[in-house]
Amino acid sequence: MSQPLLKVENLQQFFPISRTYTVKAVNGVSFEIYPGETYGLVGESGSGKTTIGRSIIRLYNPTGGKLTFNGRDITGKMDSDTRAMLRKEMQMIFQDPMASLNPRKKVADIIGEGLDIHHRASSRNDRAEQISEMLKKVGLSPEHAARYPHQFSGGQRQRVGIARALIMNPKLIIADECISALDVSIQAQVVNLMKDIQEETGCAYLFIAHDLSMVKYISDRIGVLHRGYMVEAGTKKEIFANPIHPYTKSLLSAIPYPNPEVEKRRQSIVYNYAASGIDYAKGTEHSAGGSHTVLATDEEFAAWTGKQ
Amino acid sequence: MSEQSKTILDIRNLDISFKTNAGIVHAIRGVNLDLCKGETVAIVGESGSGKSVTMKAAMGLLDSNAIINSGEILFTYTDENGAEQTVDLLKMSKKQLRQNFNGQRIAMVFQDPMTSLDPTMTIGKQIMEGMFLHKNMDKKAARERAIELLGLVGIPDAEKRFRNYPHQLSGGMRQRVVIAIALSADPDILICDEPTTALDVTIQARILELIMDIQKKMKLSVIYITHDLGVVAKVADYVDVMYAGKIVEVGNVNEIFYEPKHPYTWGLLSAMPDLDTDDDRLYSIPGSPPNLLHEPKGDAFAARNQFAMAIDEKADPPLFQVSRTHFAATWLLHPDAPKIEMPKELQARLERARKEVEKFK
Ligand SMILES: Nc1ncnc2c1ncn2[C@@H]1O[C@H](COP(=O)(O)OP(=O)(O)O)[C@@H](O)[C@H]1O
Ligand SMILES: Nc1ncnc2c1ncn2[C@@H]1O[C@H](COP(=O)(O)OP(=O)(O)O)[C@@H](O)[C@H]1O
Ligand SMILES: [Mg+2]
Ligand SMILES: [Mg+2]
Repeated sequence: MSQPLLKVENLQQFFPISRTYTVKAVNGVSFEIYPGETYGLVGESGSGKTTIGRSIIRLYNPTGGKLTFNGRDITGKMDSDTRAMLRKEMQMIFQDPMASLNPRKKVADIIGEGLDIHHRASSRNDRAEQISEMLKKVGLSPEHAARYPHQFSGGQRQRVGIARALIMNPKLIIADECISALDVSIQAQVVNLMKDIQEETGCAYLFIAHDLSMVKYISDRIGVLHRGYMVEAGTKKEIFANPIHPYTKSLLSAIPYPNPEVEKRRQSIVYNYAASGIDYAKGTEHSAGGSHTVLATDEEFAAWTGKQ
Repeated sequence: MSEQSKTILDIRNLDISFKTNAGIVHAIRGVNLDLCKGETVAIVGESGSGKSVTMKAAMGLLDSNAIINSGEILFTYTDENGAEQTVDLLKMSKKQLRQNFNGQRIAMVFQDPMTSLDPTMTIGKQIMEGMFLHKNMDKKAARERAIELLGLVGIPDAEKRFRNYPHQLSGGMRQRVVIAIALSADPDILICDEPTTALDVTIQARILELIMDIQKKMKLSVIYITHDLGVVAKVADYVDVMYAGKIVEVGNVNEIFYEPKHPYTWGLLSAMPDLDTDDDRLYSIPGSPPNLLHEPKGDAFAARNQFAMAIDEKADPPLFQVSRTHFAATWLLHPDAPKIEMPKELQARLERARKEVEKFK
């Protein structure tokens, strides 16, 4: 196998709130993303997904652990060369396209911003040309360049966000809940678009979501996050066909199926960490075969897998 | 779903426009909708299809630039003297609605709980407020009832939570409080407008199960607005599929999910993530809904419909009857139309869905 594009080792991200209280948003998380693949990171709100994304793109200084991207250590203080590489090769798409797009800027300037900062357009014409191309690639039309974000629907705005990230031709795009605010029917459009783009450009995605249903269509591998811990990880198949951790099971069972006769009889599985007796801090990574891993104590792992 | 169940809300030929700087937006174009006592009707459709505006009309909550072109919203209830009354909510003033219906006989829960909560008031006070206002309850009784309601909506430590402010609660807990407030007036109808769209799936599941449970206990009639067919499958008895300001298909929940007739419903169902296949591509309905600033000519769905025929460009289809409860507005159901089946992928998927049901029997 090729070298991972991104290697996250034992990442910790703490936020000291007061002298006596620290939020441990990310508590020793490890995973790798290979070139051209999609890694899905799922978990309920507050589980630490956004924090991981922001630590990786270095909006935060990691409290602990090691980040390697594109062959370089990006954990601590970076030299200007490494920083420039990171700014170009890693891009982010956000959940709320309205809040992340400057409302006073025309779409052309939003998309062209990266070109301007990194001097990647040789002339005004070249810049306009690149922006036009990008608009077409994300399913918008070149005429849209002169419009403002508020003149677009939610799905269209998300396409603008994708175009802005893509124009840098990055190796990794972090998509933080980028479809969560959209209608289910529009989510499908955006997910398909992201797949097409990946096929064409070979970029990798870190696809962050709070539910597993769409993640299934885009991810090669999946990590399930809860309370700052990676409780289960594996290929899409391993996670969907054989979920082991009770939290993963509850996430899967919470997705309502479009099948009324089944859905009306089904009760979702409730997972209550506080009452479960599980302590993530005591768990270690257990292998469930292949690349499938579960955070558990030996006893928990035996109980969950029925190998008593 | 008994045949004799009584209609409690009857929306007839509702037609609403909005005056905007860019012109007139014809948002609701002749909507008919029935809700029977004790049942749940789901209105499903993409953003902008007119779901919220339809129900806001019933609550007297339309924005001031709205023009009601035509329609009636008939609400049937039992008054203080035990006599049955039917009134047209559209003919009431906002004041009348506020004093006698809105928040009392008909209550609404919105997507964002913070829009319905007062951040400066404890949640206990907010739940009791309606009871003072509408029910003339004394303080002690109201307090007891409020704590009971907090328990009913699944808030642990209700006594303690009573003194919390909204910001001290999680999103899911806040939405439970909003539901408790809605229930505090003992309404006949509960309108839920995407109440779980902003919540985590696990919390969504809890809230949906909660609403269904309360509905049984309190014999509520529920209108459930959502864009998610998974949610519809879970909660609905009847389904109205809305597109561009019209109901394009209506039927009981099994008819809509197992024998859909409208190509738009086919599209919505096909676009649902399916956890049971290895497909790695999702169907998506091409294009986007029409801008109702310009009145669509013919069938508003024609431009996105791979099965559109010449007539779709010219005339808007009427509702064709499929069964006693099932209707769809598509020319495909006209006796002279060529015989067109739903897409194969969807057929296969519905086949799997039916097999899945067999496993439960
Ligand atoms: N800058 C910050 N300061 C303090 N706490 C934070 C900060 N950012 C996130 N948190 C906390 O860290 C946890 C994880 O947050 P987040 O990464 O946003 O979760 P997610 O994206 O999965 O919803 C939450 O408890 C959140 O309140
Ligand atoms: N105050 C308003 N002024 C102009 N247009 C409006 C107003 N309120 C709603 N609309 C339009 O009415 C249509 C239906 O809106 P809505 O009922 O909110 O859709 P849904 O709830 O199905 O997403 C949309 O096209 C929306 O833009
Ligand atoms: Mg987040
Ligand atoms: Mg709405």
